[in-house]
Amino acid sequence: MSESETSALEQRNTVPLKDRMKIPRTVMPELDPQVRSRNFGEVNLGLPTLEALTEASRCIECAKPGCVVHCPVGVKIKEVVALISAGNYLAAASKMREDNALPAITGRVCPQENQCEGGCVLGKKGAPVAIGNLERFIADFERNSGHLGLPPIAPSTGKNVAIVGSGPAGLSAAGDLVQKGHRVRVFEALHELGGVLIYGIPEFRLPKSIVKTEVDNLRRMGVEFETNVVVGKSVTIDELMHNEHFDAVFVATGAGLPQFLGIPGEHFNGVYSANEFLTRINLMRAYADVDQPVYDCRDRDVIVVGGGNTAMDAVRTARRLGARTATLVYRRSQAEMPARAEEVHHAIAEGIEFRMLANPVEFIGDEKGWLTGARCVRMELGESDADGRRRPVPIAGSEFILPANVAIIGVGTNANPLIQSSTPDLKTNKWNYILADPETMRTSKRGVFAGGDIVTGSATVILAMGAGRKAAVSIHDYLTTGLWR
Amino acid sequence: MYKIVEARSVGLNIKQFVIEAPRIARKQRPGQFVILRLHEKGERIPLTIKCSDPAAGTVTIVVQAIGKTTSLLNCLEAGDSILDIVGPLGHPSDIQNYGTVVILAGSVGTAMALPTALALKQAGNHVIFIEGARSTEMVVFEDEVRQASSEAFIMTDDGTYGEQGLVTKKLQELIAGGLRINFILAVGPVPMMRAVAQIAVPLGIRTMVSLNSIMVDGTGMCGGCRVLLGNQSKFACVDGPEFDAAQVNFDVLMQRNAMYRDKECQSLRDFKEHEQEELAELRAELAARERELAELEIEEKHYV
Ligand SMILES: Cc1cc2nc3c(=O)[nH]c(=O)nc-3n(C[C@H](O)[C@H](O)[C@H](O)COP(=O)(O)OP(=O)(O)OC[C@H]3O[C@@H](n4cnc5c(N)ncnc54)[C@H](O)[C@@H]3O)c2cc1C
Ligand SMILES: Cc1cc2nc3c(=O)[nH]c(=O)nc-3n(C[C@H](O)[C@H](O)[C@H](O)COP(=O)(O)OP(=O)(O)OC[C@H]3O[C@@H](n4cnc5c(N)ncnc54)[C@H](O)[C@@H]3O)c2cc1C
Ligand code: SF4
Ligand code: SF4
Ligand code: FES
Repeated sequence: MSESETSALEQRNTVPLKDRMKIPRTVMPELDPQVRSRNFGEVNLGLPTLEALTEASRCIECAKPGCVVHCPVGVKIKEVVALISAGNYLAAASKMREDNALPAITGRVCPQENQCEGGCVLGKKGAPVAIGNLERFIADFERNSGHLGLPPIAPSTGKNVAIVGSGPAGLSAAGDLVQKGHRVRVFEALHELGGVLIYGIPEFRLPKSIVKTEVDNLRRMGVEFETNVVVGKSVTIDELMHNEHFDAVFVATGAGLPQFLGIPGEHFNGVYSANEFLTRINLMRAYADVDQPVYDCRDRDVIVVGGGNTAMDAVRTARRLGARTATLVYRRSQAEMPARAEEVHHAIAEGIEFRMLANPVEFIGDEKGWLTGARCVRMELGESDADGRRRPVPIAGSEFILPANVAIIGVGTNANPLIQSSTPDLKTNKWNYILADPETMRTSKRGVFAGGDIVTGSATVILAMGAGRKAAVSIHDYLTTGLWR
Repeated sequence: MYKIVEARSVGLNIKQFVIEAPRIARKQRPGQFVILRLHEKGERIPLTIKCSDPAAGTVTIVVQAIGKTTSLLNCLEAGDSILDIVGPLGHPSDIQNYGTVVILAGSVGTAMALPTALALKQAGNHVIFIEGARSTEMVVFEDEVRQASSEAFIMTDDGTYGEQGLVTKKLQELIAGGLRINFILAVGPVPMMRAVAQIAVPLGIRTMVSLNSIMVDGTGMCGGCRVLLGNQSKFACVDGPEFDAAQVNFDVLMQRNAMYRDKECQSLRDFKEHEQEELAELRAELAARERELAELEIEEKHYV
């Protein structure tokens, strides 16, 4: 520990509780919005050590910490923060890893305002402890220190587990199962590992190198990976179990099927799903050549439809590719947007225009089939619907035309279907999501487990990770007892 | 990494590759395709599997160089590797005993139609194969076409080989001659498939076309390959690639396939200027990747 860190620690220890509560929340340093809206560098730069210590000292170490209750995987935040305060970052990181296998990722992408930080008592009067930023701090510290303590591996059990899909659900299940001594092989349809973390969430929010480090660590622990295998096409689940001798299969294929709006004109050139747009940029590196992007957004008017993280990522990516205007069109108001609060603030700073309470009803194009604009209708908020949000209703006669050369649709996704259609004895619900017990992750088919977005529908990284870890416990139980209960 | 075990030129700018891909070889059915990628920044392109050898663990593809990726691919030789290849994708062709079947294929479409033709013949159909090409040097796989069919006709645009004229000319002749056709499959350039549809659909002949829309992932995840059938959107990679010609909106298909034309032309011109450098770069990248994989393997063994 450096001298300044030691003295900060001493100082903190002498600060009485009352005064600690007066310390303002530290501010995450970030790239200048002018600069970053033209490149793909990570927006948040990470807390410097002193700031992290100050932030940690804000925690009043509640007897009944609300933060833990509101974290979907129950990270022992109070203890982790205490270890940071004590300057013991590596210990803090391993404490974190007891509940959260991917802290460098969740620290960056969890919707903390609705989860841990939403439950922090300090938030009642002022600003909650910046738990996400601290989580990222210790995870990055650990990674940069080169002291990542890979966990011990139990002696081989001789059992084989196949994991289908390498998103957060698949990766976290793989890590837990390999530690228990099982042979684990992950099958991924794409050429790169990480699921949405790689093809969806852009570099400026989650650098690919972080995901790669996690994958490489799993590889070192003995997890086998096979890319370019579309289970259901290249091989079926039954073939994996009978011909390739996998004793259990964990299906974590996500909800990657894009929804379109189903309005006239969606076939014009220039209309894309957010998945296609983001995949081309993230997975296929079109961002690395910003001079000649695959998607020429330069000096174009780009609109993105939707209000979630996907739409937000697409609109900010378009801006970085040189769009003249980058506009988010959302049918409710800013308050209802499901995107992470921080990203909304970042987007505004980057010059993204928000067209709230508007919805496209038709795309219009020129005689060569290229998009020229979207006919939109203004909306107002009516009665609350089942999930408590006020339902948007079109205002009659309020149509207007939004000029656009590129329109990107990011209004949600559906279940990936290839496994279900090739595994008839796997039960699904009416939206084709796989039915699995929420505790054991068991499906209707013996030996087959499922979790993450393919069970819940599009959710969050931490929920997918939590599902992967629950599945690992249950798979281990099945493999060691042979009981399907 | 997928090793190329055999590469040979089969026509002007057309090359056939045999590639090690055991999983794909085991599962391939006629009508299915692969998606491959040559290097880290390369695009993913779809190519039909001409045939496979499950015992040897190989698949055969036939590639016509028309743009940058296919041109670079066709520079590769036996011993080189393909970075990524995934498949088999798409629905297999619907093989039934229809009775009399006519298959129309243009240039490289011939290779794409061959496995389906053979399967249809084996299913007991009377298969008439009409192969079209611009000129003699584009006529490919004549022997295999004859083997896969009961009757075969070769048509060239310039009349330098076989009969002069388009494949549709032969189709019309057959129909005019009183042939009763139960099923048609057309594989080739969009204008050709549309012309076939215009002749056959009004006669009530069940006609399928293999749609070559632009693809990215091939698993239904991006929607880039969407085609318009009636007023319904379908994804060519998972719902196709073969569709009922009566439903297909060919105008939208042509419009969408032209989406990147300017960029494609530019990148082909750039490539032609630096062909040898690009090939050397690709080989260096593949060698580096091979080393990286080997190192990871050593590290793994060390830890476990
Ligand atoms: C653009 C975008 C931004 C997001 N931002 C956030 C955020 O900021 N915070 C947050 O918490 N959540 C965010 N999410 C949601 C979050 O990423 C997902 O909830 C999470 O990734 C789901 O994890 P998963 O493991 O279930 O599936 P996925 O991450 O979807 O991974 C599934 C994997 O399975 C593969 N696969 C599918 N079918 C097959 C098959 N048949 N055979 C083999 N492999 C197959 C897929 O290629 C994919 O790699 C975002 C999502 C998107 C799309
Ligand atoms: C299901 C299917 C099977 C195919 N089978 C064969 C085959 O067996 N042999 C063969 O030679 N060709 C086949 N093709 C066509 C082949 O994929 C294209 O020729 C190739 O993608 C062109 O890439 P390029 O970079 O060389 O050319 P580009 O310069 O990129 O493009 C030239 C033309 O190819 C089309 N194209 C470009 N990118 C794609 C893409 N990602 N997917 C589809 N089309 C694209 C464009 O419409 C353009 O008109 C098939 C296409 C599909 C959809
Ligand atoms: S995992 Fe997410 S919700 Fe839980 S403590 Fe970390 S940032 Fe908060
Ligand atoms: S709720 Fe807030 S103050 Fe209380 S322990 Fe958790 S982080 Fe600390
Ligand atoms: S290629 Fe992406 S959905 Fe068909």
